[in-house]
Amino acid sequence: MSNRRDFMGMALGGFTALGGIGALYAMKRSWDPLPSVKAAGFTTVDLSACTENVLNVEKWRGKPIFVLKKSADMPTNDRDIVVGSDRFHVSIGLCTHLGCIPAYVGTTHKFMCACHGGEFDSSGINLPNLPPPSPLEIPPFTINGTKLVLGEAGPEYKKMLDAGITV
Amino acid sequence: MAHFDENAKPFSAKWLDERLALTTVSKVLAFEYWIPKNINFLWAMGMILAATFGILLVSGIFLLMYYQPGVDTAFDSVNYTIMTEVGYGWLWRHIHGVGASLVFLIIYIHMFTGIYYGSYKRGREMIWLSGMLLFVLFSAEAFSGYMLPWGQMSYWAGMVITNLFSGGSLEAYGLVEWIRGDYVPGQAFLTRFFMLHVFLLPLVIIGGIVFHFATLRLPHVNNQDGEDFDFEEAAELYKAGKVKESKVIPFQPVFLSKDVFVMGVYFILFFYLVFYNFDFAMDPVNFDPANGLSTPAHIYPEWYFLWSYEILRPFSKDLGLIAFGIAQVIFLALPFLDRSPNVAPANKRGLFHIWFWLMLIDVLVLTFMGKLPPTDATFAFIGLVAAVLFFVLWIALPFITKIEKKL
Repeated sequence: MSNRRDFMGMALGGFTALGGIGALYAMKRSWDPLPSVKAAGFTTVDLSACTENVLNVEKWRGKPIFVLKKSADMPTNDRDIVVGSDRFHVSIGLCTHLGCIPAYVGTTHKFMCACHGGEFDSSGINLPNLPPPSPLEIPPFTINGTKLVLGEAGPEYKKMLDAGITV
Repeated sequence: MAHFDENAKPFSAKWLDERLALTTVSKVLAFEYWIPKNINFLWAMGMILAATFGILLVSGIFLLMYYQPGVDTAFDSVNYTIMTEVGYGWLWRHIHGVGASLVFLIIYIHMFTGIYYGSYKRGREMIWLSGMLLFVLFSAEAFSGYMLPWGQMSYWAGMVITNLFSGGSLEAYGLVEWIRGDYVPGQAFLTRFFMLHVFLLPLVIIGGIVFHFATLRLPHVNNQDGEDFDFEEAAELYKAGKVKESKVIPFQPVFLSKDVFVMGVYFILFFYLVFYNFDFAMDPVNFDPANGLSTPAHIYPEWYFLWSYEILRPFSKDLGLIAFGIAQVIFLALPFLDRSPNVAPANKRGLFHIWFWLMLIDVLVLTFMGKLPPTDATFAFIGLVAAVLFFVLWIALPFITKIEKKL
């Protein structure tokens, strides 16, 4: 008697749990970003229009993107994106400390964050003994001629990712 | 001041009991809420309705996350965003559409069960009245929800139903415009029906359900023979371990486990419809965006409103409106129009037995006729006869129950 009841209880509970898991999965999927939102997550930047030592700020997925064409007197770095003979620094323009947008100072070749005094050099590397814990992040990119497509991970980006240069 | 044990561990059973009387509450609401044994599967309809309402609530919450109540965006937010973009958005919509239809099927079964067994009399009047109040609220909820996809049927149903409030020859167009917030259904109309559908009406319905449960607690559930027995005595017998001799079972766990079985059968039908046959709840005409300059060839309400729609149709404008108005509220008067003191199943009540089946068949005929276009003369005549019979039956009810023999 008790065994039969236990069986019915477990069978009912089991199928209810199965249906519940299915429903939870559907609920999770319903919260996911829509395909149209994801499709809008690509931005194309024309690098040939850049001038040396002048910061261009683009928008990608609602975030500011720093695009800086390096001049000859700026140190080179593995983080640079090389297109032909030109070198570019491209990064998400949010301070890695608390997410403020740093300003670029052309005379010192530095990014200065007004919020808590963080500083980054022209390669986006955080200067020591200041609040930011890590360099500016590099967005996923792929190089297409002189154009840069943000949001798509190309071979150059994957190499940086593997080398631990960005996260 | 009640006694509080200083040594009771916080949130232990004892600690909670001293503060919330959980033992007493669970006894009153579940473990010692007694249900007669002499019942059948039709007594499970109440809990099926509660479960369906819960499913409508959950699916509605997910639809609400992407639905946009704007005249230019509503149609696409349903038919494009929810149906094609949102992960499993189609599931919520089909559950919501099928659920809205089935909830009325079960409401009608629940109602006619009550009529058949006389469960609206002798102490159970408030159960009937609160239940009919819920029916009105669910009707308003269904109608307001039908506006939201903003297709052709939404728009024209909104137009026609709000026009009813002009009162025929009274020509109260000011009232109609006030209800719409515009000369025709427009943005103000859509936004206020959206508010009613997702906030005010569900809130009132939840209150109505709690009230409906409360009306049940003192008179208790009726049984198959309308037998009036001493619940206290039967309960004592059950508690003393004489489970077989007692005429009652506790709501939890015994009655509820039977309910869950019937619910299981019901949900097989429910999800069969959701996954394989959802089309019946999706009118093809409503897949055309609302257009105020083109009326669809044939406007009809969802199947659950067809019987009262058919009562409106065969008469002249004013008479039709009056008939429609009476049909909407006449069921509320049932406990007072039935003059017989007998609480018994209809098959033991002579003329009332015939009355019951005529009423049920009449409502079904009205429903079928309501779906047909108004152009066919034969069907229009059948519709007229059925509509007249509906009122004849209600007028006859006090007389045939007055002469009914006391059992």
